Amino acid sequence: MFDTFDALLLARIQFAFTVSFHFLFPAITIGLASYLAVLEGLWLKTGKSVYMDLFRYWVKIFAVVFAMGVVSGIVMSYQFGTNWAVFSDKAGPIIGPLMAYEVLTAFFLEAGFLGVMLFGMNRVGKRLHFTATLMVALGTFISAFWILSVNSWMQTPTGFAINEVGQFVPAGSWLDIIFNPSFPYRLAHTMTAAYLTTAFIVGAVGAWHLLKDHETVAARKMFSMALWMAAIVAPLQIVLGDMHGLNTLEHQPVKVMAMEGHYQSHTEGAPLILFGIPNSAQGRVDYAIEIPKASSLILKHDMHAPLAGLDSVPVDERPPVAIVFWSFRVMVGLGILMAVLGLFSLWARWRGTLYTSKLLHRFALVMGPSGLIAVLAGWITTEVGRQPWTIHGLLRTAQSASPLDAPAVAASLVAFVIVYFTVFGAGVVYILKLMAKPPHSGEAGMPNIPVRSAGITPASALEGAAA
Amino acid sequence: MSIDLTVIWAFIIAFAVFAYVVMDGFDLGIGILFNRFPVGPERDTAMNSIAPVWDGNETWLVLGGGGLLAAFPLAYAVVLPALYAPLVAMLLALVFRGVAFEFRWRDPAHRQAWDVAFQGGSFVAAFMQGVALGALLQGITVEGRAYAGGWWEWLSPFSLLTGLSVVAGYALLGACWLILKTEAGLQARARALAGWLGPLTLAAVAAVSLATPFLETAYFERWLTWPSILWVAPVPILVALSSLLFWRSLKRGDEGLPFVLTLFIFFLCFTGLGISMWPYIVPESITIWDAATTRSGQIFMLVGAAITVPLILGYTGWAYWVFRGKVKADGYHG
Repeated sequence: MFDTFDALLLARIQFAFTVSFHFLFPAITIGLASYLAVLEGLWLKTGKSVYMDLFRYWVKIFAVVFAMGVVSGIVMSYQFGTNWAVFSDKAGPIIGPLMAYEVLTAFFLEAGFLGVMLFGMNRVGKRLHFTATLMVALGTFISAFWILSVNSWMQTPTGFAINEVGQFVPAGSWLDIIFNPSFPYRLAHTMTAAYLTTAFIVGAVGAWHLLKDHETVAARKMFSMALWMAAIVAPLQIVLGDMHGLNTLEHQPVKVMAMEGHYQSHTEGAPLILFGIPNSAQGRVDYAIEIPKASSLILKHDMHAPLAGLDSVPVDERPPVAIVFWSFRVMVGLGILMAVLGLFSLWARWRGTLYTSKLLHRFALVMGPSGLIAVLAGWITTEVGRQPWTIHGLLRTAQSASPLDAPAVAASLVAFVIVYFTVFGAGVVYILKLMAKPPHSGEAGMPNIPVRSAGITPASALEGAAA
Repeated sequence: MSIDLTVIWAFIIAFAVFAYVVMDGFDLGIGILFNRFPVGPERDTAMNSIAPVWDGNETWLVLGGGGLLAAFPLAYAVVLPALYAPLVAMLLALVFRGVAFEFRWRDPAHRQAWDVAFQGGSFVAAFMQGVALGALLQGITVEGRAYAGGWWEWLSPFSLLTGLSVVAGYALLGACWLILKTEAGLQARARALAGWLGPLTLAAVAAVSLATPFLETAYFERWLTWPSILWVAPVPILVALSSLLFWRSLKRGDEGLPFVLTLFIFFLCFTGLGISMWPYIVPESITIWDAATTRSGQIFMLVGAAITVPLILGYTGWAYWVFRGKVKADGYHG
């Protein structure tokens, strides 16, 4: 018994580790692909060279991030089977086809348009190149669409039946499966998170170069664009997050109880616990700082509405409260800071100090990784909050794992940790080196060297031949 | 009469796996042989010859894995835990090899280390693919709907033999690719390599072929009993004929034929594998029909596959066409 628990815990840590690493890369490329499309669109529209300089500056970074996303994604496509075999068998008939669509889309995108976008500017003409850039942005969106549909189905399963061997099978229309109840909210919230992640990275790079020289034209442009995003989208994200939360309350109330730290049920309005230390053994939050009745007001839009707590749920159906409680606060806290930075930038813009305020630039620099951290914290909130289930309410995590011995999983986990930190560490160092150089006018395009993410498009050679 | 979509999907997955084996096979092969090429123009040329295509080649691996989950979830759920150690090693090796490709050029100060990573990653990935194949062929312990063996069950003399066979075969493909794509010194070196890798690969094929019928009685009956032997005999006969042709064309100085014939021998081996396993997807315990997903899922996916797979193939063909001809140290262009 002890052994199986160990193997299970190790498998969970391994999945969490590899998926967290993987998730960071698409979180950047989704937003960056759209940013590149906007830059190229503005360049075509206005003819201002600064947009093309920025395009060339960021496309080099995009290529490296995309490559790391692809490499870490290959691992994910096998890990469902190696470590979560029972889940794969039971859920395969539902999630398999959705993931197949993701693979086909990603494959087509990679084979088709990425190479043109990276290398093909001189070869295919401006219009077709812009189309390729738009297709890459669309492709990253479609990839996210399918993966988030799978994830949402695991959170709020619909449209299925259970067959005689215990598999989840489609019961009717695939649309019921794809557009399950939490999917639209999760898609909107996650895509917006990806855009914000990119905006804050772009803003921090701009801030870094403005701190060194506030006259740099391209740095000014990227900083300004990023902070428009922050000012407009960060508040929007808070609204979307609220809608997603209300949807979770409807379909996965136990997750919300853990997020809120509500161990007890409240019949006359539940308090909003701002901070405190969840104590699952005693079933209470120690040292809680709370606002009376505010949680009912937020979640039910009525101060006096009753709200059930974890005491209404059997112990073996509760998620680990502390992780969910804290990761949720990290996400919300960062979200608020993002909105504050957005407001600050509006103020500075109005005062005419957007490009000279050292305080603003330092703030933006520190906030550079905030999107990445918030994305991970949000992901942990929703995934750990789903526990102890892989398919909410239907299949337990403990019953989903492969029949593997603990030493096998322990060995692979160590290997993944070492290889990922070495390989992706090298990649991150390379990206930071690219970011440390200021963008300048007449920015060079992609170096004509083999690039993993160039796909099989022969455009690189064509470009070289034309040069 | 309704069309058996399960058979169609079995062929689609088999096609994806074969596409992966031959396409990533030759670029893994060049990695396996990497330290045989002197540092400098020859080594750069060898790598440049695969630079534009290797990534697309590897994507078929994702299609194979994702496709297996989608079309045959039970097989995916049984086979992957059984092959846990070789698969994890293969994935990590591919990660290393993939980034080595890029960092070799971007980080010249550590080129030597990235070269070792490239060669080591290629070797381990190829070897583990062969081990996985051997482990599948020799049989997997299944109870109910799950793998029921230990985490070393894959390890046997037979799986080590198939591991080394795949390494030899990929290296041969890589050498023949270089004969086709390069000139002068590097080409002569590749031809010399193929001169001993060819016989080595054929010896490995023979050893695996001779051992296979004795793994399971079903294999034995299919390959070595009357009248079944009549139907399957063309496979080994064609292997022998192609091998003779391969040897003659290599000695005659042909540039393209050795590669084509090696591909054909790979195809024959793959066919032989299919003959041994059919209609099982996990030998002797799970058939393709046991493992298949629902008909609704099969139809749903077939729509997507029917649109994208031809596009992907067209693209791939175009890429290879554009990169036809000889490669030099600084790429396909002057």
